[in-house]
Amino acid sequence: MLGYVIRRLAIAVVILFASSFLVYILAAYAGDPLEDLRQSRDPNREALIAQRTAALNLDVPPVLRYFLWLRGAIGCVVPFGATCDLGTSLQGFEVTELLSRAIAQTVLLVTAATILSIVIGIALGIISALRQYSGLDYGVTFMAFLFFSLPVFWVAVLLKEFGAIRFNDFLAEASFSPVAIVLAGIVVGLVVYGASYGTTRTRVLVSGGAAATTMVLMLGIGASGWLRTPFLGIPGILLVGGLISVGVTFLIAGFRNKRALYSGLTAVGVAAIVYFPIQSVLGDDASWLLIAGLGVVTLIVGAVIGYAFGGYDRSQNIRIGALSAFFAGGLVLLDRFMQSWPQYVGHPRIRNRPISTVGSSTPGFDEGFWLSGIDTMTHLILPTAALMLVALAGYSRYSRASMLEIMNMDYIRTARAKGASERSVVMRHAFRNALIPLATLIAFDIGALIGGAVITENVFAFTGMGQLFIQALVIVDLNPLMGVFLVTGILAMVFNLVADLLYSVLDPRVRVKA
Amino acid sequence: MTTNQNDTGVSEDAVAKVADEAVDGLARETEGLSQGQIVRKRFMHNTPAVIAVFVLVFVVLLSLTSIGFGPVPGWWQWGFTEQPPVQNGGRPTLSLTGLGDHPFGQDNLGRDLFAMTMRGTQMTLLVMVLVGVLTGIIGVVIGAASGYFRGWTEAILMRLTDIIIIIPLLILAAVLGRMAITYVDTGVLRVAALGVLIGLFAWTALARLVRAEIMSLREREFVDAARLAGASDVRIIFKHILPNSVGVITVNLTLLLAAAVLLETALSYLGLGVQPPDWSLGRLISANQQAFTTRPWLFWFPGLFIILICLAINFIGDGLRDAFDPRQKKFNPRKAKETDAHMLDETDAVTADAARSGADRDGNAPGPTKPA
Repeated sequence: MLGYVIRRLAIAVVILFASSFLVYILAAYAGDPLEDLRQSRDPNREALIAQRTAALNLDVPPVLRYFLWLRGAIGCVVPFGATCDLGTSLQGFEVTELLSRAIAQTVLLVTAATILSIVIGIALGIISALRQYSGLDYGVTFMAFLFFSLPVFWVAVLLKEFGAIRFNDFLAEASFSPVAIVLAGIVVGLVVYGASYGTTRTRVLVSGGAAATTMVLMLGIGASGWLRTPFLGIPGILLVGGLISVGVTFLIAGFRNKRALYSGLTAVGVAAIVYFPIQSVLGDDASWLLIAGLGVVTLIVGAVIGYAFGGYDRSQNIRIGALSAFFAGGLVLLDRFMQSWPQYVGHPRIRNRPISTVGSSTPGFDEGFWLSGIDTMTHLILPTAALMLVALAGYSRYSRASMLEIMNMDYIRTARAKGASERSVVMRHAFRNALIPLATLIAFDIGALIGGAVITENVFAFTGMGQLFIQALVIVDLNPLMGVFLVTGILAMVFNLVADLLYSVLDPRVRVKA
Repeated sequence: MTTNQNDTGVSEDAVAKVADEAVDGLARETEGLSQGQIVRKRFMHNTPAVIAVFVLVFVVLLSLTSIGFGPVPGWWQWGFTEQPPVQNGGRPTLSLTGLGDHPFGQDNLGRDLFAMTMRGTQMTLLVMVLVGVLTGIIGVVIGAASGYFRGWTEAILMRLTDIIIIIPLLILAAVLGRMAITYVDTGVLRVAALGVLIGLFAWTALARLVRAEIMSLREREFVDAARLAGASDVRIIFKHILPNSVGVITVNLTLLLAAAVLLETALSYLGLGVQPPDWSLGRLISANQQAFTTRPWLFWFPGLFIILICLAINFIGDGLRDAFDPRQKKFNPRKAKETDAHMLDETDAVTADAARSGADRDGNAPGPTKPA
C-alpha cells in the first residue's frame, strides 16, 4: 500500500511539472503583460515598462522564465527547507498572500454547496431508484437533464433577480397570496404522491395531508409575520426535533426498536430543557470555537442517553441519540440566529434588504458574532444555491444508477429471502454499497471544486480562486495564474489518489497493486 | 444476429421456450437487421430523443437560414448589427399569430434581439462543431493507438493525456480563449480559432475511454482471425475494432458537444470567448444582465436557446446510449404492471441500467461535465 502511494505520488509530481510547464507556456504566449503600459500616455512610460520587465523577468523567454518561477515554486511543494515563493503580481502583491485569501473565500463558498448537493443529490437518486419508472423517477430524471443543460451564469443571474431582489421586496410584506398557497399545496401534493407507495387510496390520503399541512403552514407564516420575526422556541424545537428524531430512527433502526426511538426523543427533550440555560452561554461574545465545543458536548450527551437506554443493540441507540441530539442542538443554534434576525434586517447598513447579491460580507459590517454570522449566511445563500443546482444533477444520476445496480445483486435477493425487512434491505444491504462508487466521485469533485467555481464567483463578485485566475488571465499576469493552477493541480492529484485508495478501502474486492 | 431461435429446432425444447422470453423477443426484434438498422430502430422508438433531434435540426436551420451565413443572405429583415428605431420600448412582438417586427424584442440601441440571438446561436454551434470534430478525430486516434499498440506508444500517449487532463477544462479553455483574442483579429475567424484551440486540448477524456474499449476488443477472436488473415494494423483498427466501439464514441462525443456549448457560452460570458461586435449566446447574456429589471426579454431568449440546444443534445445522447446498448430492451412500464412477467421485465431493464452506469463510471459523468 505504502509503496503504491509513494509511486503514485512520484508520478504525480512529474506530471504536475509537465502540465505546469504547459500552462505556463500557453499563458505566457496568450497575451502581453505590458499592454496597459504600452497604451498609456504616462510621460515616464518607458521607465514603468523597464521596471515591470525587471521585476517579472519579462526579458527572459518564457521557456526559461518558467524555470525561474519553478525555483521559487518548488519551495511550496517540498514540505521542508526551501521557502515558498510564487512571485508577485503585476501590481506587486505577493502571490502567496493573494492565494491564501482567495482559498479562504473559495472554501467558504463551496463547503456548504458541496455538502448540501451530496446529501440532497444522493437522497433524490436513491428515492428515484427505489421508485423506478414512477412519476417521481421521471420527474427527477427530467430535472437532472434540465440542470445539466442550464448555464450556471444564467441561473445565477436569475437567482440574483428572484432570490434576492424580488425576495427582499417580498419580505417587506412577508405574506403569501392565495394563489401562491394553493400552487405550493398542489406541488407538494404531487411530489408526495409520486414518492409515496401503497394503494391509490393511501397515496391520495398521504399526499392530500401533506398538501393541507403545507397550505396551513404557509397561511400561519403569512398571518403571524413569522418571516420577519422568525423563531422556533421550545415548541418548535420539540416538534421539528421530534420529527427529525423519528425520521432518523426509522432509517437507522426501524420502529420496532422502541429503545432507539425513546433515546432519540429523550435527546430532543434534553435539548428543549437546556434551551433557556444555554441562552446565556450563547451571548454576544460567542465564537465558532465555542459552537464547535458545544457541538461535541451535544454529541457526547446524546450518546450517553443512547447508552443509558441499553437494550440488545446499544450502538444503534447511541448513534440515534447522538444524531438526534446533534440535530436538536442545531435547532437551538438556528433559533439563536433567528433571534438576531430582526435586529440584522433593521440594521442601517442592511435597510430591510437582507439577501445580498455581491461579495461574501457587507463591507465593514462587524456587529458581533450573531449578526456577522447572519451577514455571511445571507451572502452565501445564493451562490450556494447556484453551485448546488450544478452538482445536484450529477449526484442524483450517479446514485440512482449505482442503487439500481446494487438492488439487482444476488445478495439483495438473499437478504429479502431470509426475511429481512425492506428498511434493512435498503439501508443496510443496498444503500451502504451504493455509496462506494460515489465516495470516489465525491473525492474527485472536491478536488475540482476548490480550484474555483469560476463562473459563480464571477457572477456573485466573490474574490476567490476563480476570480483571481480570471483577473490574472485578462491582463496576462502569470504569477497569480500559475499559483491558482498549482493549487488546483495539486488538489486534483491528491484527491485522485484519495479516490483510488478510498475505493480499495471501501470495496475489499479492489486491491491496489502494491 | 440474424438467426431466429425458433427456426433452429431447439425451439422444440420446452425449457428453452420458458427460459428466455426476453432473448426470444430480442431475436425477433433484430431479425435480419444490420447493426446500424437495429440502432436506428431502437433510437426511433425513443420519443424524447426523436423530439430532441427535431428540435436541434430546427434550431440549426433557423439560425442558418434566418440571417444567412457568410455571403448567403437570410430571410430575416434585420441584420445583427443594424439599429432600427426602438418600437414600443423594444418589447417582443412574438405571438401566436406571427413573428411581428421584432419577435424577441430590441435592446436599448434598437438592435433586433432575434437577429442577435440567431448570430449567437451560429457562433455557439460553430464552436461546438469544431470542438466535436477535432476532439472526435484526435481522441479516437490517440485512444486507438495507445490501446492497440500498448508498450511505449501507450506509455507516451497516456502520460500526455495525464498531463492535459489535470488542468481543469475551464481554466485551460480560458487561457486558449485569451490566446485566440490576442492572435486572431477578425470576428468569425477568431471564433473558429477558439473552437480549434479547445478541440486540440479537449480530447483527453474520450481518448481514455476509447483506449479502455479497444484494449478489451483487441483480445477478441475476430481480431486474431483478421491478423491471421494478414490484415495490417491500420486495417484491423479501422475495419474491425473501431466499428465495434462506435457506441462508446458516439455517446460520449454527443455529451461532449453539450459540454462544449456550455463551455463556449461560459467563456463568452466571462469575456474570454466571442468578442464584440460579434455575438455568442453567452455574450448576449453577459451584455444584457444589467437590463434584467427593465428589459427582461433580452435575458430570457438567449438563455432559452442555450438550454434548448443543450437539452436536445443531452436527450439525443441518452437515446443513443440506450440504442447502442445491446442488453437494453425496450421497457414499457404500463405493460409490466399489467402482465405477470413483471419481474422479468424489471430485472432486464435494471441490468441495462446497471450496465449503463458501469459505462459511466469508466468514463465521464452521465451528462456532460460542466463548468461551475
